[in-house]
Amino acid sequence: MNVHEYQAKALLREFGVAVPQGRLATTPAEAEEAARALGAKVLVVKAQVHAGGRGKAGGIKLAKSPSEAKQVASEILGMTLRSPQTGPEGKVVRKVYVEEGSAIANELYLAIVLDRAAEEFAIIASTEGGMEIEVVAERSPEKIITVHVDPNLGIQGYHARRVGFGLGLTADQVKQLDAFLGGLYRLFVAKDASLAEINPLVVTEAGDLVALDGKLNFDDNALYRHPEIAALHDPEEEDPRELEAKKIDLAYVGLDGDIGCMVNGAGLAMATLDMIQVCGGSPANFLDAGGGADKEKVKEAFKLILRDPNVKAILVNIFGGIVRCDLIAEGVVAAADELLVKVPLVVRLQGTNAAEGRAILAKSGLNITPAETLGEAGEKAVAAARAAA
Amino acid sequence: MTILCDKNTKLLVQGMGRMGQFHAKLSIEYGTQVVGGVAPGKGGQTIEGIPIFDTVYAAVQATGADASVIFVPPPGAADAILEAADAGIALAACITEGIPALDMLRAKHTLRGSPMRLIGPNCPGVVTPGQCRIGIMPAQITRPGPVGVVSRSGTLTYEAVDQLSRLGIGQSTCVGIGGDPVIGTTFTDALALFEADPGTLAVVMIGEIGGNAEETAAQFVKEHMSKPVVAFIAGQNAPPGKRMGHAGAIIAGGKGRASDKIAALEAAGVAVSRSPAEIGETLAKHAPSLAG
Repeated sequence: MNVHEYQAKALLREFGVAVPQGRLATTPAEAEEAARALGAKVLVVKAQVHAGGRGKAGGIKLAKSPSEAKQVASEILGMTLRSPQTGPEGKVVRKVYVEEGSAIANELYLAIVLDRAAEEFAIIASTEGGMEIEVVAERSPEKIITVHVDPNLGIQGYHARRVGFGLGLTADQVKQLDAFLGGLYRLFVAKDASLAEINPLVVTEAGDLVALDGKLNFDDNALYRHPEIAALHDPEEEDPRELEAKKIDLAYVGLDGDIGCMVNGAGLAMATLDMIQVCGGSPANFLDAGGGADKEKVKEAFKLILRDPNVKAILVNIFGGIVRCDLIAEGVVAAADELLVKVPLVVRLQGTNAAEGRAILAKSGLNITPAETLGEAGEKAVAAARAAA
Repeated sequence: MTILCDKNTKLLVQGMGRMGQFHAKLSIEYGTQVVGGVAPGKGGQTIEGIPIFDTVYAAVQATGADASVIFVPPPGAADAILEAADAGIALAACITEGIPALDMLRAKHTLRGSPMRLIGPNCPGVVTPGQCRIGIMPAQITRPGPVGVVSRSGTLTYEAVDQLSRLGIGQSTCVGIGGDPVIGTTFTDALALFEADPGTLAVVMIGEIGGNAEETAAQFVKEHMSKPVVAFIAGQNAPPGKRMGHAGAIIAGGKGRASDKIAALEAAGVAVSRSPAEIGETLAKHAPSLAG
């Protein structure tokens, strides 16, 4: 789960990581008030959306007075921000963060991630602050410092020394970094983060370290033990269909094709998308109905798929292990009947009780195309979508 | 020959809830020696004919169990894994989905000093056809034979096994290693076991987007595998930045793409099926002596 910059900075502050003073505003008048309360000579007004590349997209602007802050806030609020990370549709800005400006001497990069390959935490640092770390990794990997931290031991002094002196900081600044990094690490562990990225980490003209931007990403699997983090979730930032799917415990990702998919299991669901593409078609969604799929869940899944106006055919692909194909078939029949499904349905049932399931479909009198193998299911779904287009 | 488990395996079930009981029963029906269940506070009872113990330690003392399947819900799952290791279990398969990554990271580090092998979490378990079923796989689709199967996914494993069985090609052991970012047994670990197993003559490996375990496995194949390896990578068209069901299936920061994995595997001499419907056929072509 991602959070906004202003939420990340509040957490960073709570854990003793140095961040500039700032206030949230949802109207130009509030932005003016926030600027006055901050009392800084230079203010930065920043669009609060879950995407990087905000500066270039016109979502971050400077102001030299409260009235100017009001003016730029009125320009940013309500704008549709388009950056490489938002996709072409962009994101509407509903909140701005008004922050005191910092006198920047140098911009660095600092992050903590869970390194899957090493099975440890990794501190990643670079002198190339303000740039995307992936770009730095590609162009000048020698400028990236990676230090691993044993999760059972936690952060040690030498970690900060390796990073700090590696970045060319002075001895005094390395001491500051030790506190900064310690706070960041404690936050990471205490709140089950999966990414904590400070980009840029700024060295001010006075020689102090400050987190100019902050991005935190949290482990969805651990939200149950952090209700305060779960409460930071902003539903405006999510695809409404994905949000709806979460409520009914389905994994759904919207795509831009025309074949709706309902599958059990994440791997088979991904493979079904691949199958459709191999057959020359284009999937409208990823949907994993999970191990506990039953009649009611199938109906909900159908509703969700049909909310997408691009869907011209639906492919149901079930390999019953725990899931019983007869129950799925009953769900498909009920959904097709009650929801008055007009698009062609291709259904492939394999595994537990597949024969019973196929019999239920055949007896229903509904226009359902059965398929035996995965390849056949893909071909039939693509043909059905073409015929309906 | 097989890897990980066979007819002599003595299995415990940690977490005797609805799911644990249901699959314990199916495993017994399949012929697996399920010697006990662990449910704290219920020691001394019998559920589905299985004697229940309060701790793994007590269960091992009483039954001589050497393997365990874990159905404990996410908040207690890492604890259950470590309890199994502490009690001297040799093989634990953790089925539980949704364990916090930090818990697994710490558990995995602790296991580095332990002889216990962990499969999963967030996995369907292990089946040695005709001998032993640990976990939740529909074992009836498997058949004994010479092909090792290792996969990050559950249902896609069934798909691949079904394709093999339909072609008359049986399996030595089917291992679901799990869809989480941090797992006990990796592709490389499983490939090494299959390479050393005289009963395995070829391997089918089913990967997916996210992480770089497939790339690491490709390196291992190149350097250490003498047996033919066939692969499929799910998520060839998955959008970046989206978690595709599994916690570990995400393309992040330009890393973990299917195309990179396929390229690495092919460079190592692995035959990669582009279509998920042709995994079995690809194996039949790549290892013609095995086709039935």
